[in-house]
Amino acid sequence: MDPETIHDVEGVGVHYVHRHDVIVVGAGLAGMRAAVEASAEFDVAVISKVFPTRSHSGAAQGGIAASLANEEEDHWEWHMFDTVKGSDYLGDQDAIEILVKEAPVVVREFEHMGSPFSRTPEGRIAQRKFGGHTKDFGRGGPVLRACYAVDRTGHALLHTLYEHCMKNGVRFYPEFYATELIIRDGVCRGIVAWDVINGGVHVFHAKAVMFGTGGYGKVFKITSNALANTGDGLSLVLRAGLPLEDMEFVQFHPTGLYLQGILVSEAARGEGGYLINDTGERFMERYAPDKLELAPRDLVSRSIQTEINEGRGIGGEAYVHLDLTHLGAEKIMRQLPQIHELAWKFLHVDCTKEPIPIQPTAHYSMGGIPTDKDARVLLDGKETPVTGFFAGGECACVSVHGGNRLGTNSLLEASLFGRRAGKSMVRFLRETREFPELPADAARVSIAEIDRVLSADGDQRVSDLREELQERMTRDCGIFRNAEKLEAMMADLVSLEKRFARIRIDDRSRRFNYDLLEAIELGHMLEFSELIVAGALKRQESRGAHSRVDFPKRDDEKWLKHTLAWKTGGEVRFDYKPVVITRFQPKERTY
Amino acid sequence: MAMMTFKIHRFNPDDERRGRYVQEYQVDVRKGMTILDCLNEIKWKQDGTLTFRRSCRSGICGSCAMWVNGMNRLACETQAATLGSNRIEIRPMPGYPVVKDLAVSLDPLVRGLMAVKPWLIANGPPPTDQERLQSPEEREKLLGLYECILCGACTSSCPSFWADGDYIGPHAFLKAYRFVADSRDDGAKAHLDACDDKHGLWRCHTIFNCVEACPKDLNPTKAISELKKELVRRKIG
Repeated sequence: MDPETIHDVEGVGVHYVHRHDVIVVGAGLAGMRAAVEASAEFDVAVISKVFPTRSHSGAAQGGIAASLANEEEDHWEWHMFDTVKGSDYLGDQDAIEILVKEAPVVVREFEHMGSPFSRTPEGRIAQRKFGGHTKDFGRGGPVLRACYAVDRTGHALLHTLYEHCMKNGVRFYPEFYATELIIRDGVCRGIVAWDVINGGVHVFHAKAVMFGTGGYGKVFKITSNALANTGDGLSLVLRAGLPLEDMEFVQFHPTGLYLQGILVSEAARGEGGYLINDTGERFMERYAPDKLELAPRDLVSRSIQTEINEGRGIGGEAYVHLDLTHLGAEKIMRQLPQIHELAWKFLHVDCTKEPIPIQPTAHYSMGGIPTDKDARVLLDGKETPVTGFFAGGECACVSVHGGNRLGTNSLLEASLFGRRAGKSMVRFLRETREFPELPADAARVSIAEIDRVLSADGDQRVSDLREELQERMTRDCGIFRNAEKLEAMMADLVSLEKRFARIRIDDRSRRFNYDLLEAIELGHMLEFSELIVAGALKRQESRGAHSRVDFPKRDDEKWLKHTLAWKTGGEVRFDYKPVVITRFQPKERTY
Repeated sequence: MAMMTFKIHRFNPDDERRGRYVQEYQVDVRKGMTILDCLNEIKWKQDGTLTFRRSCRSGICGSCAMWVNGMNRLACETQAATLGSNRIEIRPMPGYPVVKDLAVSLDPLVRGLMAVKPWLIANGPPPTDQERLQSPEEREKLLGLYECILCGACTSSCPSFWADGDYIGPHAFLKAYRFVADSRDDGAKAHLDACDDKHGLWRCHTIFNCVEACPKDLNPTKAISELKKELVRRKIG
């Protein structure tokens, strides 16, 4: 610790107050891209509950979308159409236009920073096919749009950003766990964090705070997400009195390794992999006759789940086969080496010789913290920004993914809106000379929470409650939903919350106490899960990844709008806002 | 499937009386369970005080590198059944200061990395509105260099690091060579000068432990010898 950034503060009840112009929470693509941008001019610190290169962006495999047209003709308007259609018309088209127009700039900047993209024979960034990305406003076949670094694209980009943060002198606080967001009178004043390694509550006083805290796949049992992906940032925002947007939209990736949920990149299908059921049928022919395996994720996931539910899983089990064998060992090892490694290490399947058992896996949250196009967080979810608070990446909802995200648009969104957040913060800081006043009770809530958990002496194990939550969310709020299941889930959440008040933990120490962290994380998961379920119950239609078997049709008349949800005094309150439609009028979505 | 015994080396800095000790746990290991699954089972069902890092559980984040039956490995991608024994001994990775139980300080890892200026150094601005060109053959040279996940297994297994805690470390040399080998990088001198240090390259005695330890099958020793060759070439050529 630099002594000059540490002050003893009487009355705040904490030992350390750090001051930086910018505090970024989360060291994934969004957070570190913002940090690279803002650190060119200002003092930036990044706080992350894991060491920066452990962030889950690094697990992304297949690619980052941009209409570079390096491999064949492409245009941003085509990318925009695909993204709007993929979103099932719930995406805001003004934001999507920015996403697709700036995509080439963002990807080239990564290249300029040194990202090791795979290359075309001419030396340009190579591109591959991905689900839902097409030519000529959906009229052509799949387009080569996903820029990639073999099948380690996320890893390559994440490490590039970490390197550039080091180059720019960004101050890292690795393994600091954010416990509180300090917003008073519509002004963000910093955050409170727990020092995971040494123990201790720290206040980070800042002129600008940016959240890039990632997703929440860990509320589901089968998920591609890291153990760290517990969505903490979302409930910190809720607790600060702000709403969350479109939380009912959760993407299930079609191909997770059976029982493990670990991601098998869509690149496997982009390179030509087939999905096969128990009868040996390439069943996507029935669901998406034109796009087959390269239909969007929501559709492919539902197709696989339907095959499983109707007994055509392999041997009647809950999986189907992803067959790559026809691609040949040479192509698999050159283009998909990580998939080969994962299938071998986790299922002992050699995918050059035999098909991979896969099942849909909870993957991505389309909803999150409502932001505007400049990544400013919206106090009311609609128009008024919180002074000095920004968000980007999976935790945020701009909304460019609407009801369903296309593959490769995630790395793009995280880096692009991370970059925009960085630029926004620079503009903001140029006008903001003074630090906002730090409230004397800044860390009161965090200290109380940590004290309570550290002394928790009830009869409930955190892991038992978490497992129950995950199992029930997968069963009752998964790919297919209905009112009956969702109502049961609401009741389950109430009883889980009650039992959560009676937890005990084994580890009472302050240093490196994951027992403590896992308990706090569970509190967060229970808190925002209620918004997912309540939002899903409210939304009586099927759109994108939100599939209600009791309301199988999309209902634009009633539901072409974004959900905003608050949680105050334990009650969920809803409001709605219109979808921004500019170029493409909603029409039926077929593939 | 089989009941396995886990002998886990433990240490809690807040419990001076106990110091370092070994604790045994029994886990009923089912087919497909990884070492990480077993550790989670212990932590979640038996003893919440057991401490270790973990995150992606798919072999890409590097959090759960630890010493398992004689070797540094990623716990998440090591199947318990493949170790050929019903007794599994787990320690924190050697060489690094232990924070608690199996979690070690990553400070030496970061220090070594920072020392080699681990970023692309390019003369002049990049072309506007397009990427720099790099042929597939030039890109091929980065194979085996850019995939490092910074888990620290290599440096932890290196006797030079055991002898000199300030040794820059194979992970950092791999990174340095990743840039020296990159057709877009003009900073070879800066990266090489940084490696040419009393805690640098010349302390590598080509013992190959790093190669054996790397869970990604990378070859830091080769990168080190390439860097050495390049330095020698510059010095005498």
